[in-house]
Amino acid sequence: MDFINAIVLLLNYTVIPALTYGSQLALGAIFVTLVYGILRFANFATGDMMSFGTMVAVLITFYFQSLGISFGFLPTALLTIPPAILAMIFYMLFIDKFVFSYYRVKKSPPVQLAMVSVGVMFVTQAIIRIIIGPFDRRFFDGEKFILKANEFREMTGLNEGLTIKSTQAITIFVTVLVVSIMFWFLNRTKTGTSMRAYSDNEDLALLSGIDPKKVVLITWIIAGILATIGGVLYGLDKSYRPFVYFNNMLPIFAAAIVGGIGNPFGAFLGGYVIAFAEILVTYAYKKFFAYLLPEFMEPDSLMQLLSTDYKFAVSFSILVIVLLFRPSGIFKGKTL
Amino acid sequence: MMQHKNIIAAYSIMILLIIAVGVLQSWTIALTILNYCLISAVMTIGANIQWGYAGLINFGIMGYTALGGLAAVLVNVPPVKEAWKAGGSGMVVSLILIISGVYIIRTVLRKFENSKKRNYIVAAIIIIGFVTIRYISGPAIENIEAVDPAKTGFLGGLGLPIIFSWIVGGLFAAGIAFIVGKIALGLRADYLAIATLLIAEIIVSIIKHEDWLARGVKNVIGLKRPVPYEVDLQGSTWFIDLVEKFHSKKLDLITSLSERQDVLNQLVIDASSVYVKLCLAGLFLTVVIILLILTQKALYSPWGRKMRAIRDNEVAANAMGKNVVKEHLLIFILGSAIVGIAGAMMVTNDGLFTPGSYRPMRYTFVIWVMVIVGGTGNNFGAILGGFVVWFLWVEAAPIALFFINFFTAHLDETNAVKQHLIQSAAYFRFLLVGIGLLIIMRYRPKGLIPEKINIK
Repeated sequence: MDFINAIVLLLNYTVIPALTYGSQLALGAIFVTLVYGILRFANFATGDMMSFGTMVAVLITFYFQSLGISFGFLPTALLTIPPAILAMIFYMLFIDKFVFSYYRVKKSPPVQLAMVSVGVMFVTQAIIRIIIGPFDRRFFDGEKFILKANEFREMTGLNEGLTIKSTQAITIFVTVLVVSIMFWFLNRTKTGTSMRAYSDNEDLALLSGIDPKKVVLITWIIAGILATIGGVLYGLDKSYRPFVYFNNMLPIFAAAIVGGIGNPFGAFLGGYVIAFAEILVTYAYKKFFAYLLPEFMEPDSLMQLLSTDYKFAVSFSILVIVLLFRPSGIFKGKTL
Repeated sequence: MMQHKNIIAAYSIMILLIIAVGVLQSWTIALTILNYCLISAVMTIGANIQWGYAGLINFGIMGYTALGGLAAVLVNVPPVKEAWKAGGSGMVVSLILIISGVYIIRTVLRKFENSKKRNYIVAAIIIIGFVTIRYISGPAIENIEAVDPAKTGFLGGLGLPIIFSWIVGGLFAAGIAFIVGKIALGLRADYLAIATLLIAEIIVSIIKHEDWLARGVKNVIGLKRPVPYEVDLQGSTWFIDLVEKFHSKKLDLITSLSERQDVLNQLVIDASSVYVKLCLAGLFLTVVIILLILTQKALYSPWGRKMRAIRDNEVAANAMGKNVVKEHLLIFILGSAIVGIAGAMMVTNDGLFTPGSYRPMRYTFVIWVMVIVGGTGNNFGAILGGFVVWFLWVEAAPIALFFINFFTAHLDETNAVKQHLIQSAAYFRFLLVGIGLLIIMRYRPKGLIPEKINIK
């Protein structure tokens, strides 16, 4: 019984939150990796682009709520994702036309494009703060829990409760759905194959008659979908605050590089690697060991490797270690 | 000659702008802006050495700035004796353990061949060392943080004048830059940018959360200034006489004696804060000029030529027998050290250390915008960039407010859009700086004052 209690404890406090957080990171990391693989630059505006999409979704959600439209027991924000994606794609294409395309045509070095993306980051941040302000906003509504701790205890008769928030279930479900569609698109359709070819060898792809404009367009469309969904899911699960989104860019980068930058599947797994590392290293195992070990061996301390303050530092340290020993990432990067 | 004229013109405009702020707003604001411009100039010199001379991207400027600030605290604050008694020995033992651990790992790395066995040994040493250090330092940290937590709760520093911290801050930053450079410099340009950005985050999060070191987010206030205090000035007769002489014409117009005294008091209060800021500006200006002379000398020396060769064609420079790795490491350390000096100067200027305020936006990206807008590879350009961008950064809100009022003049005072815009005037600084960067990158990619090397 103690053993099952310990497992449930770990599931409740580490595995489920890590899966949720990992899904949110994975979507962002695939976005980073796609832009890096096809457009060939590190996009420092990642976090703020996600923030922009989420902002649109939040605003439409508030509008729907004022009209009294709801989505039953699901959060209203899910309804607002399609229009938010449209706005996001429109914004990205606008930026690409007036900023990025010039450097792409000129074949500027990636560093210059990265620097330009810093400019885009500033502008996007300004737009977001001017429109919605820097404050914390919660836009979650609908049913909050799928499984409550008390219900689980009554159901199983265990000491430990298992809670599953509806946002956690939605996040994991939507992520798996979106990512599977995307991989199907990349691997099975003609357009997807042409994108991979373009990422692999640009000149060869151009020679075989692939239209670079179309590839870039499709990339931004996929990027817009990923960024908006990733952002909205994170905002639903925690809350929407522009500054936090900017900060999230860092673990997202870590996930993309750990998975091998330019490799979408690696980025997908990298998100979970980072999330699990962050949560497992900063979790206090005292109660877990209390269940497993005999009474006289019970630990006094919290049995925490690092305090939760160092959550971000953990993912960055993993990144540094990966960069040192396997600069191309855990899964070979730079092939799409 | 043409270029000299450009430089002189650009700097004169900048000085005129600051004077305009002094006349239109107030001299205190103008001098505050000037001081921050000078500090930013030191940071841009550091970043420009790395990016302009050697083509290394360092997005970790925030981390080195914070290290400089930490140095200011550790040098200036008097030691907290109770805290040292409570846990000093534990911390010293931990420090010795860390150093010896690093040495053991180094010897293992040298003695053994590259194999799985070596990796396991190193991993084992790290894990055992980590657990032991946690075991020793844990209670020590708790004891230290328990010592009067509202006021101290940390080990304190050396109690020396803060001006020494400028050197110590440079050394701190150089030391960390050595380690970071060893780890990260082999990476390709954009990887290096991301890696340095993340390492800087780690540095700042350590400073933020290790309360025994510098109180973490509880902040350290009341650092001693290297210049006189306003209160002391207001009490000293020579200063009051000076102000009286300076404003004698204005004061002579006032006939009533008590009224004259009131006006004089007000003038003395204003003048004292201006005087303090002027003193600081003098100190900062000295640093900027010394660094400028040194970096200019370096730029035109054989060493500078070598750096440019490495920047422009690494492979060719390597083939010529230049040690690219070593030079990259050296310049990474030099640039970071200068940023560290700037960090210490900034804390000196503020008189307080607030680790929570170190954010990548303000301390990394804005500095980068300064370097790129000013002119990469040109020290005069980089310094000008520091002035221009900081000026815009500070004055963006008033300028934005002016334009908002101008364009919404026909709207009602209670109009929701107008009110919303006025409230968010402060965020126009991001817009201004971002658009400025994009325009410069597009139409003047070499910056306001581009690099121009004339070999004599």
